[in-house]
This record gives sequence, C-alpha cells and structure tokens, in this order.
Amino acid sequence: MADLNDLTRISASDLASKLSSGEVSSVEATQAHLDRIASVDGKVNAFLHVSTDALANAKRIDERRAAGESLGELAGVPVAVKDVLCTIDMPTTAGSKILEGWVPPYDATTVAKLRMAGLIPLGKTNMDEFAMGSSTEHSAYGPTKNPWNLDRIPGGSGGGSAAAVSAFEAPLALGSDTGGSIRQPASLTGSVGVKPTYGGVSRYGAIALASSLDQVGPVSRTVLDSALLHDVIGGHDPRDSTSLNEQWPSFAAAARAGAAAESLKGLRVGVIKQLDSPGFQAGVSQRFHEALQLLTEFGAEIVEVDAPHFEYAVEAYYLILPAEASSNLAKFDSVRFGLRVTPEGGGTVEDVMAATREAGFGAEVKRRIILGTYALSAGYYDAYYGSAQKVRTLIQRDFAAAFEKADVLVSPSAPTTAFKLGEKLDDPMAMYLNDVTTIPANLAGIPGMGLPMGLAPEDGLPTGFQIMAPARGDARLYELGATLERLLEQQWGHTLPSQVPSLG
Amino acid sequence: MTDTNPGAITSEVVTHLASLARIALTADEIEKLTGELGAIVDSVAKVSEVATDDVPATSHPIPLSNVFRADVPGVTLTTEQALAGAPEHDGSRFAVSAILGEEQ
Repeated sequence: MADLNDLTRISASDLASKLSSGEVSSVEATQAHLDRIASVDGKVNAFLHVSTDALANAKRIDERRAAGESLGELAGVPVAVKDVLCTIDMPTTAGSKILEGWVPPYDATTVAKLRMAGLIPLGKTNMDEFAMGSSTEHSAYGPTKNPWNLDRIPGGSGGGSAAAVSAFEAPLALGSDTGGSIRQPASLTGSVGVKPTYGGVSRYGAIALASSLDQVGPVSRTVLDSALLHDVIGGHDPRDSTSLNEQWPSFAAAARAGAAAESLKGLRVGVIKQLDSPGFQAGVSQRFHEALQLLTEFGAEIVEVDAPHFEYAVEAYYLILPAEASSNLAKFDSVRFGLRVTPEGGGTVEDVMAATREAGFGAEVKRRIILGTYALSAGYYDAYYGSAQKVRTLIQRDFAAAFEKADVLVSPSAPTTAFKLGEKLDDPMAMYLNDVTTIPANLAGIPGMGLPMGLAPEDGLPTGFQIMAPARGDARLYELGATLERLLEQQWGHTLPSQVPSLG
Repeated sequence: MTDTNPGAITSEVVTHLASLARIALTADEIEKLTGELGAIVDSVAKVSEVATDDVPATSHPIPLSNVFRADVPGVTLTTEQALAGAPEHDGSRFAVSAILGEEQ
C-alpha cells in the first residue's frame, strides 16, 4: 500500500512512472491531492473550485489502463487549471464577479487536450480578475497566499496555479502569460513556469486579456514536468487563427537531454544589461550572478548584450494591454452570459450594461478599461497606442540583435522576492513595474521560462532565473533549464520546492 | 480635453471615457481614477520619445496572413448551449430591455 502523502510530494514525471508500472492508481493519486487541497487550501486559497468529477475521471483512466489500452505519458496525473480557461464541467470566472457561476458550453483547446491525454483536472485556480495584476490580490474571490509565507503574495496573475504546485496541491497546472503571469508567480513561489512562443499553444477558450500578448503555458515544480505538459497542450489549432501551423520537437526530450548534459561548452548565454539592474533586490541579483557563475564553470560563455529600448517596454505594454483589454472586455454586456444588473427604475439596454459593468468589474479592471479607452480615443491614438506599437518594433529589433550574439538570453524572472499582501495595492505604477523583466518577451512573442535559483539570503524567499530564446526556440529553454536545475540541485543537495513550509 | 494640454486627465475626461466604456462609475470612483490615470498617462507617455516616423508599428508579434479554414460546415453550439449562460432568454433568443430610450 503506497503512502498517500508521498504522492503529492513527487514530480509529475515520477508519479507518471508509478502509474504506468501499476504501483499506484490514478484514483489514489487524485485522492491524495484532493486530501491535500482539503487540508491546506483554506490557508492558501489557490483554488476557486474543486472538481467533483476528478475521482470518477481517475477511475476511468485506471480502468482503461487495466484494459491494456496504450495511454499518454501523463495519463492519470492530476492537473490544476487556471480559471481563465473554459471548462465545460466547472465554473469559469476569470477571477471576476461578472462571470460568477458561469459554466462555459465548451472546453478551451488546452483543456480538451489535457482530457484527451488522460490528465485529471482537479479544479480551477485563483487569479487576478481577467489576469490583470501581479499579485492575485485583484481576484474578486480574495487573494491567494504564498505557501512560503502566508503574509506574502504569490505573484500574479497566475498566483493560484503557482501556489497550487508549490503547496503540493497539484503536481502540474496550466497558466496564462500576458506580461509575466506564469513566470513571475513561478519566481515568487519557487516553481517552474513557461510562456511558450506566441502561437505555439492554442488560445481558443482562454478568456482574452490582450490577444496579441496572451499565451497559455505549463506550471510545475520541475523543468521536465513543464516540458511534458507543454508537449500535451502545444501544437496547431485551426480554431485559433494566430496558432502557428508547424511541427514542434518534443520538449520532454529536450529537458531530458539538458538534464543529462555533460557540458555547456559552445553555448552563448546573453545577459541583458537592462535586466541586470542595480535597482533589483540584492539577494535576487546575488543568486542570479551565482547561477551565471555555475553556468560558466560548466562551460557556457557569458556575453553581455544591450537592449536599449527595454526601458520603454513597461510603458508600451501598459498602453497596448489596456487598449486590447478594453476591446476584449466589451463582450461582458449583460446580454449573452454573465451578470445582469438592472438600475433602479429600469432603463435602456445601455443603462443596464453600464450598471452591470459597474457592479461586476473590480477597480483594476475598470482602471485598465478606462485607460485603454483613452489610449484608443480619436486624437490620442497616434500619440499613445501608435507609439506603443512602434516601441514594440524597437524591442523586437533589440531581441534580434541580441540573439545574433547569444543563443539564449537570461535575467532574474522578477526584480524582487514576494512582497507583503497590500504593500503595492494603492500604487498601480509600482505594481506594474513588477513585470519589467517579463514583459519584453510578450511584446516580441518569444518564449521564456522561469525556474528557481535559490532563496534570497535577506528574507529566505524564492528567487527566479529567466531564460529566453528566439521565437520557435522553446526547446532551448528546456535544455538549458534542465541543466541549470540539475547543477543547482547538486549544489543545494535538494530541490527548492522541497523546502516549502509544511502548512499542515 | 483642451488643445492647450492634450492628454490632461480631468474628471470630465474620465466621465466621458466611462460613458464610452459603458461603466456607470460613481463620483468617488471618477475622482480616484482621475488622479491615478493622470499619473499612469504621465508615465506611459514616455513611449513617444523613441516612436519616430521611420519606425513601423508592430500589431502582432508573429505575423500570419490569409488564415482560412476549409469552407465546410463545422460543429457549432446548439441554441440551448448558446442560451445556457444568458441572464434572460425566451428559449430561442436573448432577451434585453429597450434599445431606445423614451426621448429617442
């Protein structure tokens, strides 16, 4: 009889091996995670909804396996799903009151692919409302807490997915990354997260924040686990007109090759001058430079690269994102789905719409819709939105020049460790600057990974290492990520996620 | 919105934007947003420093063109599915209150 508690502590890859050998059943693995959620999620608040079908789905996978059916590598492994992704069997709110209780009539393509591969959706994870935020404090359903310190934020917008994996409530989760919403929470919770190349993973059924920036991606505790999940969710989807119609290599194979690498000789690692800032928290910079040293000792060549337009990236992002969001969120009109609030004494459909949006949207969503409406207004369009799109070109050119000199680019995933709940809520610009390291990749459409690089000496909280590759070069992230993960763990003598407080 | 100070965020501007965005903001919200948006706009206006005429705009990170599907009927939502999340419907159509006000 397997010790059920252990099943939540192992990686998805190890759990998959135990499932395929018959050592444990999917029902046991799923029950262990449901038990863990029941015991710690009252403190963490990573989940907005826990599936009532998970055990039945697990039982079906066990039966198919027993019948000798050939199943995918992750079949029977539980997975948490960010609440921005439509699920036909669970409410999907995107962290907003305007969608409270809404059950979509279809699955997001990424969710459908999870089910086809036999993974077991455990529930829906908390997030900043419509993914607008860097702390998960803008959720309409209360903030998620950082499992490393419950007085701290877990990052955002995907704080729920990151907290779920780092608190051992799920071995895997799906996230979405518009300006860092997978990589920044990974950094703050000591977990791994990947934003794929734009178009590498379908956006169909992902409630849109900013359509030219959004990408769905994997969240996990190990590089290999993210690679395995990326292999499941990636690939062309005719239902997403921005989906790239091309073949992708196996990312799991890339991660395994990276973990087995004997040297990094010949690899040029570019350090972006603008993202190695003296303004970053000292312990973050320290761990970053130690990681660079480790890569150098293992044969990599470190080169400094200049990206002069990155200093305009956050500003361009906070014009492009609100502009696209104000347009995407026009669909919440009180007519086809979601909340309807009728003003006292009735009114026209426009009055109902305005009353509904006033009641249903939180402060940050209103702020960004108004900002986006402003950026798109006649008379200001060229000065703001038009200029921001030009900055986007300049940032793409900076990346192109940098990738002439380096095979991958690296930086800290976030400028600080997790800050205290409430600390930045009253200063929107200070909150926006959390994303300075992650936003450039979204503007350029290139892939980025965040993985743990140790605890900051001053506060004992996790720090993250970001790797970026040229568009379509996602495999490079997994290769180098798995190598660095192995080198760091050899140095520490343990994995980083294993050090999280028990919460029990 | 005066010509002398283009881009200045006043409470009148926020009120107008809120009506364009169909959000019935309260007076308190308008006041708070006026200050916050002013600070944000002052900061993001920096983009115009480098956005010169010779730089083309990028609207999409990885441009694709002529993305078509085969012209064959696919699986679509049923009427029941499409109406399932509606606040009000009559079984075949979404129900809304009056489109036009009395003065129109």
